[in-house]
Amino acid sequence: MQPLSYVALTGSLGCGFQEASLDRGVERGPAFIGSDSGSTDGGPYYLGSDAWIWADAAYERDLRLGLAGARRAGVPLIIGSCGGGGGDAAVTGYLQMTERIAKAEGWRLKVACVYTEPDRDLLRSKFDDGKLLALPGAPVIDHDTFRADGHIVAMAGTEQIQRALDTGADVVLVGRCADAAIYATIPLAAGFDPANVWNAAKIAECGAAAALNRSGQDSLLCTFDDDGFVLEALDPDVRCTPASVAAHTLYEVSDPYRLIMPSGVLDSSAATYTAVDDRRVRVNGGRWTPSDQYTVKLEGSAPLGWLSSFWGSVRDPLLLLQLPEWCAEVEDRLRTRLKEVASGAFQVQLRTYGGDGTVGRSAVVPHEAVIVLDVVGETQEEASAMARAAYHVALHWPIKGWSGGSMTTFAHPYSAPVVDRGPAYRFTLNHAMVLDEPHEAFRYETHEVGA
Amino acid sequence: MIRNELLERVPNLTKVFRLIRSKDAGPFMLTIDLFCHDAVAYGRVVGSGQITADAFAELYGVETADVEIHLIEPIHAIKVSFPRRVASGELADSDITGGQQYGPLVELLAASELAD
Repeated sequence: MQPLSYVALTGSLGCGFQEASLDRGVERGPAFIGSDSGSTDGGPYYLGSDAWIWADAAYERDLRLGLAGARRAGVPLIIGSCGGGGGDAAVTGYLQMTERIAKAEGWRLKVACVYTEPDRDLLRSKFDDGKLLALPGAPVIDHDTFRADGHIVAMAGTEQIQRALDTGADVVLVGRCADAAIYATIPLAAGFDPANVWNAAKIAECGAAAALNRSGQDSLLCTFDDDGFVLEALDPDVRCTPASVAAHTLYEVSDPYRLIMPSGVLDSSAATYTAVDDRRVRVNGGRWTPSDQYTVKLEGSAPLGWLSSFWGSVRDPLLLLQLPEWCAEVEDRLRTRLKEVASGAFQVQLRTYGGDGTVGRSAVVPHEAVIVLDVVGETQEEASAMARAAYHVALHWPIKGWSGGSMTTFAHPYSAPVVDRGPAYRFTLNHAMVLDEPHEAFRYETHEVGA
Repeated sequence: MIRNELLERVPNLTKVFRLIRSKDAGPFMLTIDLFCHDAVAYGRVVGSGQITADAFAELYGVETADVEIHLIEPIHAIKVSFPRRVASGELADSDITGGQQYGPLVELLAASELAD
């Protein structure tokens, strides 16, 4: 078969890459350029609120260079999980950003958009038909899940990207997308072994992260031939080694070998990683098993409420010795006191750091501790009122052993101590949805933009 | 073991492991990777009896049956995955990305003969 190459621009659009690396990639004659743009890594805020993860200027820089590179190479640019959460508004936002760039540069571009927020009625009927399968750790769901504010997305795979590419688009913008699908679509269509295609895609979606000595996000080149694929970082000083590549297949996954996609499962346990030279790695092997049914992963994020917080530090050893019990007493008192300043539903929690706030398991008495009070309310005004009331309760709560005068129980460096953090969200789904045919949960649009 | 004594042993682990890390594998699962320097170190770790489902269940407050252990001999690595007690982004979550959950594991290993 004719060799096929592609460039993975960066692990996360907006995190940057070296322009020179992309230029080298373009010179190698890739069949496409891809970039992942999202993840659930950052928590539910992005999908819930439609906010993008990084700064607009950062996205614009990466997109402009990616578009320019794809245009020079005469190949499509494929971007998955727009905005971070992959909601519809982000797809449209990236379309608008592409249009601005195209106009400024004097380009004319055909953009295919894949929208991945399924119709709520469809989701409801799939739920009723038992076609939503709970994945490990999935929250309990019911009809309210599909009535909630926030957003629910279905994760697109290669079938949806292929449909977008079939329009002859220069740019494909996908809402929520399986990261590997960005890089698997075109090699699959070219006829390369699916096991190798998916294994390569799984590694390439992080850009040059599979390399040994990179100093930041950068671009990666993947080349397919009859004996698997070769990975090469596009910065000549950066090296991929068999160990670095194989180690990277462990990153962020619960199973090192098994990758589940809408149309099948990859088992990469038999793949071999060998050095081509001191900076390039050849990978070959693995097994792809097509599935009987076509399933897409659903992610959902809905509002939790409005959050206000304060934190303060404790240095009194006597208080430090009783801090867990002291916090429990304060929390208990707050459940009553906060009803006096807010009428809506609320949640309150008082955590401590310095002991084991990060993992929450042990009861070490530290030299100094930080207490963090979070209140979630139905409005920002209510949350703020409650946090301020909680501050006062906590600030003067008695310390057992000291008596007979007013005390201040924690230090805080800010005037005012309460921060109103805005809306908070939570993940509401971790389910696979069985589709009768791959496109039924997705919407497609094509736009001509630019000069 | 007194904490300062334990802390003195921690750097010894870097002779056995080149990396111990944790991360979310999706919002509902945590995955911990231990990369050993070489085959000898890997053999010591696997043979030490420290990496067991029970040990992780105890350390992280999860069910033994929910702990998956993968031994990846070709790269001298061990992966341990289990459900997060609190999903990423819940109000009670203290670690959105799951990046610092491996701390207690490092302490457990530092107290063991692997850090002698």
